[in-house]
Amino acid sequence: MASVPAELKYTKEHEWAKREGDRIRIGITAYAQEQLGDVVFVELPKVGAKVTAHQAFGVVESVKAVSDLFAPVSGEVVETNAELPQKPETVNKDPYGKGWMIVVKPSSAGEWDHLLSAEQYEKFVAEAAH
Amino acid sequence: MASRYIANTPAEQREMLTTVGAASIEDLLVKIPAKARLSRPLALPSALAESDLVRHMRALAARNADADRFVCFMGAGSYDHFVPSPIDHLISRGEFFTAYTPYQPEASQGTLRTIYEYQTMIAELTGMDVANASIYDGASSLAEAALMAHAVTERDEVVLARGVNPLYRRVVATYCDGPGIRLRDVPAPEGVLDLDAAGRLVTGKTAALVVQSPNFYGALEDVAAAAELAHAAGALLVVVSDPVNLGVLEAPGRLGADIVVGEGQGLGVPMSFGGPNLGVFAARAELVRRIPGRLVGATVDRDGARGFVLTLQTREQHIRRAKATSNICTNVALCALMATIYLSTLGKQGLRRVGELSAAKAHYAAERLTAIPGVSLRFAQPFFKEFVLRLPKPPTSVVARLARRRILPGVPLKTYDRALADSLLVAVTEQRTREEIDAYAGALAEVLK
Repeated sequence: MASVPAELKYTKEHEWAKREGDRIRIGITAYAQEQLGDVVFVELPKVGAKVTAHQAFGVVESVKAVSDLFAPVSGEVVETNAELPQKPETVNKDPYGKGWMIVVKPSSAGEWDHLLSAEQYEKFVAEAAH
Repeated sequence: MASRYIANTPAEQREMLTTVGAASIEDLLVKIPAKARLSRPLALPSALAESDLVRHMRALAARNADADRFVCFMGAGSYDHFVPSPIDHLISRGEFFTAYTPYQPEASQGTLRTIYEYQTMIAELTGMDVANASIYDGASSLAEAALMAHAVTERDEVVLARGVNPLYRRVVATYCDGPGIRLRDVPAPEGVLDLDAAGRLVTGKTAALVVQSPNFYGALEDVAAAAELAHAAGALLVVVSDPVNLGVLEAPGRLGADIVVGEGQGLGVPMSFGGPNLGVFAARAELVRRIPGRLVGATVDRDGARGFVLTLQTREQHIRRAKATSNICTNVALCALMATIYLSTLGKQGLRRVGELSAAKAHYAAERLTAIPGVSLRFAQPFFKEFVLRLPKPPTSVVARLARRRILPGVPLKTYDRALADSLLVAVTEQRTREEIDAYAGALAEVLK
């Protein structure tokens, strides 16, 4: 089983979310990058773009598949990982660290509470595998 | 009546009707209101024997004015450049002879190779990093470029120079209607882009500035100045260019174009009364993920041998569905092959010669024609192989009278722009001889007397 850090929150679309003060850092989980295989392209929104919870904010493409990236929470993009377009493989190497995708300033506080805990996400992945 | 060529016998018709539970074909049509239906058989002549039919079709075809029997000075987007004979011989080979894009692509290495070579040649000619496998025609290439600029910049306005082919502008308007892209026209009162007006229209909302050079009136635009203007506002510069001219003219990519599109018909594709044509599409490498249509790439197989594949297909409809970069998932493979053979046959020197001859003959023709009293150049601009004449008599009647002498003197501009009701667009390719140009000038002088 791929790692699922306890301090993060998760979505059923396999994104992770990390609270950093009043901002939320977002990426995809180790399980997601394993399923995708070698990531060859990441398309991210521009800084200043608005994202909406459960809606696509970008695209990740691997040698096997192309998938939308879904926003865990709504808000404004305040930072994007400038390294990913040149080094998309970072998503495979370090999904919870250098492979982060965007930082969002959330527009509503309540959405955070609806995200899955590490325990819930682990259970969700385990069930999906059967 | 027995249907000789339609395998749909009365017995089969009965079987089909029984299957769907209808008593007769008439039963299938009851929903159509009686007044919308014809109550008698179509007034068609009786069937002809094959030899009679061929004679009949030949007689009909002879009523057309074609560039083999008429001396053609018509252009406006489709040009009478020479088509070397190797093209027909090679494209007729069974391995190549399909109008369509490959659907089991990697099984057709030869086809992919020709597309790869085509892309390479177009990229070199236009001065861009990457070209696609082709689109339907110049107009759809430009419309796709407008959609692409909208997607890349996330802006909702496209600014078009009036010198862009008016038919292309209409196709762009159709494509841009759905996504809600607003179009702004920059006037060209002197026959070229009004840079001051363009400067006011190109803003932070502009996705792209579109110029054509040589433009619809044949005039050369200041592409570098347009590029500077577009880039200063964070917009893309889209250049419409006829690749057959690029043996002589500077590649738009070296003048700052981000996307180069155009009609490639001049590269060995017959005019064929307006189609099929060849949509050229090329762009800078950074934009490759947003390019519409198919792309062929070179690679090596597991034994290290060179091979060709369709690449970056995740942009395309069959994978990305509604989120594809474009609705285009085909190319005009046969016309692209014609262009590839054309460019290989002529080579660098040959293509340059085509451009030099076309330009020299066009300037000779302009000189001869404007020597006729009452005839003048509509715009005082540098031109390449096409120019606009102002005539003292209605251009449409001049065209009709010269056509009787088997000369097609040009395209009257009234239908495209009312302000140019007195104007005729004249194109001269390398195929026109001095005798033909002199004969045109002589005939025009007589008609205008």
